Amino acid sequence: MSDTVTTGGAMSRMPKFLRRADRAVATAFACIVALLVFGSLYSPSFLSPEYLLQQLKVASFLGVIATGMMLVILLGQIDLSVPWAVATGAMMASAAAAFGPTGVALAIPFGILCGVMIGVVNGIGVAYLRIPSMIVTLATNAVAQGLMVVYTGGFSPQDSATAAMRYLATGSLIPGVPNAVIVWALIGAATVFLLTRTTFGRSVYAIGNRERAAYLSGVDTRRIVLIAFAIAGGLSAFGGVLLAGYASKAAQSMGDAYLLPAIAAVVLGGTSILGGRGSYLGTVAGVILITLLQSILSVMQMPEAGRQIIYGVVIVSMLLLYGRAPASR
Amino acid sequence: MDTAPGETPLLQMEGISKRYGGVRALEDADLVVHAGRIHAILGENGAGKSTLIKVMSGVVAPDQGRIVLDGREVTFDSPAAANRAGVVCIFQELSLIPELSVADNIVISDPPKKFGMIDRKAQRRIAVEALARAGASDIHPSALVKDLPLSRRQMVEIAKALARKPRILILDEATSALTAADVSKVFEVLKRLREEGLALLYISHRMHEIAELADDCTVFRNGRKIATYKAGTKSDTEVIELMIGREYQNVFPPKSTTSSSAKPILECRGLSWTDRLTDINFAVRPGEVIGLGGLDGQGQRELLLALFGVLRGCSGEVVIDGKPVRLGSPAQASSGEIGMALIPEDRKTEGLMLPMSVRENLAFAAMDKVSKHGIIDRVAEDRLLDEMVKLLAIKTAGLDIPVGALSGGNQQKVVIAKWLMRHPRIILLNDPTRGIDVGTKQEIYQLLRRLADAGAAIVFYSTDYDELIGCCDRVLVLYDGAIKRELAGDEITEHALIASALNIDVAQAEKMARAHP
Amino acid sequence: MSEWRFWFAAQKGTLLAFGIFVAMFILYTSNHPAGFTANVVQTASNKGVLLAFVAMAQTLVVITAGIDLSVGMIFLLTNCLASWLVVGGPVETTLGVIAVLFVGVLCGALNGAIVIYGRLQPIVATIATGAVYFGIALLLRPFPGGSVNEDLADALTGRIFGVVPASLVTLLATVLIIWVPFSRSVYGRAAYAAGSSEVAAYMSGVPIKRGKFLAYTLAGLLASIGGLFLTFFTYTGEAAYASGNAYTLFSIAAVVLGGVSLFGGRGSVIGAIFGAFAFRTIGDLLFVFDLDPLWQPLFQGVVLLLAVSLGAFALFRVKNRLEWFG
Repeated sequence: MSDTVTTGGAMSRMPKFLRRADRAVATAFACIVALLVFGSLYSPSFLSPEYLLQQLKVASFLGVIATGMMLVILLGQIDLSVPWAVATGAMMASAAAAFGPTGVALAIPFGILCGVMIGVVNGIGVAYLRIPSMIVTLATNAVAQGLMVVYTGGFSPQDSATAAMRYLATGSLIPGVPNAVIVWALIGAATVFLLTRTTFGRSVYAIGNRERAAYLSGVDTRRIVLIAFAIAGGLSAFGGVLLAGYASKAAQSMGDAYLLPAIAAVVLGGTSILGGRGSYLGTVAGVILITLLQSILSVMQMPEAGRQIIYGVVIVSMLLLYGRAPASR
Repeated sequence: MDTAPGETPLLQMEGISKRYGGVRALEDADLVVHAGRIHAILGENGAGKSTLIKVMSGVVAPDQGRIVLDGREVTFDSPAAANRAGVVCIFQELSLIPELSVADNIVISDPPKKFGMIDRKAQRRIAVEALARAGASDIHPSALVKDLPLSRRQMVEIAKALARKPRILILDEATSALTAADVSKVFEVLKRLREEGLALLYISHRMHEIAELADDCTVFRNGRKIATYKAGTKSDTEVIELMIGREYQNVFPPKSTTSSSAKPILECRGLSWTDRLTDINFAVRPGEVIGLGGLDGQGQRELLLALFGVLRGCSGEVVIDGKPVRLGSPAQASSGEIGMALIPEDRKTEGLMLPMSVRENLAFAAMDKVSKHGIIDRVAEDRLLDEMVKLLAIKTAGLDIPVGALSGGNQQKVVIAKWLMRHPRIILLNDPTRGIDVGTKQEIYQLLRRLADAGAAIVFYSTDYDELIGCCDRVLVLYDGAIKRELAGDEITEHALIASALNIDVAQAEKMARAHP
Repeated sequence: MSEWRFWFAAQKGTLLAFGIFVAMFILYTSNHPAGFTANVVQTASNKGVLLAFVAMAQTLVVITAGIDLSVGMIFLLTNCLASWLVVGGPVETTLGVIAVLFVGVLCGALNGAIVIYGRLQPIVATIATGAVYFGIALLLRPFPGGSVNEDLADALTGRIFGVVPASLVTLLATVLIIWVPFSRSVYGRAAYAAGSSEVAAYMSGVPIKRGKFLAYTLAGLLASIGGLFLTFFTYTGEAAYASGNAYTLFSIAAVVLGGVSLFGGRGSVIGAIFGAFAFRTIGDLLFVFDLDPLWQPLFQGVVLLLAVSLGAFALFRVKNRLEWFG
């Protein structure tokens, strides 16, 4: 999977998913270390465990969303419906809470289900109608936005997050470890398992590499694509549920700030935008990298404008380093 | 050269050699082309004709040798450079842009300009002129290329080539997609161009076309020039002999001697698909190896794809174990009760995911055999894969290296092995030995026979006649999407294969040769 | 006679977009309380022209089989820039306009350079550059504000001879000055050829890279004309993220409605312009029918989803399933 497999003794003793780590992942981790060093020069509290845990907690929201994005990018597709899938998840989960105890109990699954439905529409468009994913996901994003605007009347909804949502996002089951981090760790572990140990995961990589070959090998590639998009929609919505729990309520356009970082985290982690290549470890690195970058920029009191510019520049320059297409056809 | 006219040749190629990896495509080949003559190039699939043309038109650079044009040595580093020197080639693969109009396409490489913009009037005039010269005035210059049928597009290609004002025009199977009426028009055009003093190189498998057109003929075989002669001085049989005449090596395992009386596993009844397959009927029994013969592109690939459930809108029946089945996808065709496998044509785009590991590729078609509830059982997988690697003697540094790092022959073994993991009953192979080394080829022949002896039914398309002769119990020869002839047992000879592939009756060809000495 | 047939076939998408627009517009004006008056037409054209410029920009890139997800942000950036520069006397205003257009060209050229010479995928590259452009816009206008030369603004958004909306005239002029020469140049043809079949274009010796680069660059220019007009309408500059995103999205919708193939090689800016006007009119229909404006985003989203699904019908004609995979 990687082009630079080191065959040193230390490497071969490492878990397989670490051994697969390639140059991009190593670069991403190197950047994380550099950011930490830079940040600690700026403020000594940067390396304190409390601060780092706080960063991990913030990262976990992006981490959940980026996981879904990674699945889709591995297929060689993209999901631009993240912003309103996030908002839909948050709003619908909060809305369900208004329907008595049953609603409260089902709030989280209901929010996720709404995201899955957005993903299913994306998947049908991409896999069965063969519309470019960029287009169909933009369209479903618009539809989801339209539905939410109609539902909320264009204002931030008054329903507030349920206790369970808040507990998931802000509580800590294990003292000192935020629950959000645990949630991300569980989803991450499940994703690593899914990608490396299941027929589904193999098919995802295969489709990203060469859908034609995967189809001729007797795999129902369309179904795999559909499922991957559904999972991605569900994970975006779950990210929204967590965010709503974190902020106690949902808000209009709360998802807008997550599209670019999610794509950036996946791509900076070495997953090829053309599909078929990439490891979850890279995505983890990308998520932490982006979060730290954001954090440092906000510690430096960099205004939103500067953050956007730095994002864009960082993504383009890192991609120019290792994400280029082959020279010619 | 016994037919040289008095003048100096327009183009000479001397000592041209070209290798692709370990495969020798051209070896010390030479060719002399004169202005005002039509020169036909003959040879089997893989004789080196295409490589020769590619060298001549600047698509590939030769490893050795020189090209002399008008007495001066030249090198073409791109098709554009060759065009500028007056060498224009009409390739088999179309180079037209589908969404642009006919006129746009004809002038594409150098449109007429006025005030920096494309002069549409002049463009149209050039296009109309070129189409008329090509004898295709029925094509409207404003029509979009994508709306034209294949035969019309081919005519546009010819017009496009003529608009470049060539001195040497190369036609590589340029008539293969044309209707009979078009062919005669093209012939008129070619004869007129000859009058105008152009040199024409004509590559075709159709013997009667060559007899009608050519002034000179050159036969290639195994990358070497075998003979150049004046057209009409040799009979068809003699020409076929020149094309074959190579040392025969017995690299094939013995065929089974007992004729199978078992019921057919696979039957095809009246199978048709668009205009590419017409009324295909045949049956395959367990233990049989059936070859598909004929020239490249006569529907063999489509037939295999149709059987494997890839093509939509097929009419007729596919019958498995006596029961008609509807196969709508490779997933259905390779399912347990059908048990089909297809070794596809292009291992790089259809057979393998090159950046993925040997393990992932090998197990990919049989993931259901090594997993439970979608979770892969690594122990079972390792065991089965190790067995398969040993069985086919795949040379690899491990299961976890990218399959793209293996040699071509070993890659092909991985493609075959990944299907054998499923223990298929019906194995379809689409030219599985193309571009791989002799050793691996032999192993594949042995393997096919072993599989057949173990009860598999095998349908085997090959562009290499030796393979069909050496491996197959029966050969179906396709021409223009239909089975023209079925050869069995001792009938499968090189002579019979070539004659039926060219769709000429051998006996009649002999007679004709005697009538016109 | 047959000449007409080919012209008709080539313009089918454009004519369809034109038809949809005319039908929608008649429906709109006939139900509008004020009816078909110069005022109604002026308002409609001013709204439509903004999207039309952005859609034209998108078309140029889509023709090359690419996509520009930063057009909306270039539109915002140039709007914010214009709210600083296009002020003062005639000379200053002229220089300001030139500077704004130049920035648009730069943005487009940067996109083109990254995609073509940097060999990055257009989607990711333009999302990233879009963030940069938005960031700069936000630097320029952290809060809505600024001003514009109101004489020029009123002249270009008003009516000529009391009837013809000046914005429409400007749009027409843009088509004549930018689109017509481009589409008839060798590079324009190269852009189409590269979008239709890059391999065949390469084999035919077409200047693919320069054609594509020019398309991206001109797209930036067109988006900046849109940005200028936004300033003329609003008299202010505002870096509104949601608005930039919406324009990018609607430009794609307009392009699809206008018969431009998202796979490249087919369609024209004229079609996209009608697509833009049709899309705007569809959105405005809700108002004349007294429906809650809250439904507008949903309505537009559904129209967009249906429009992009239309292209899928060609799928049912595919006889060889391998063609699904390109």
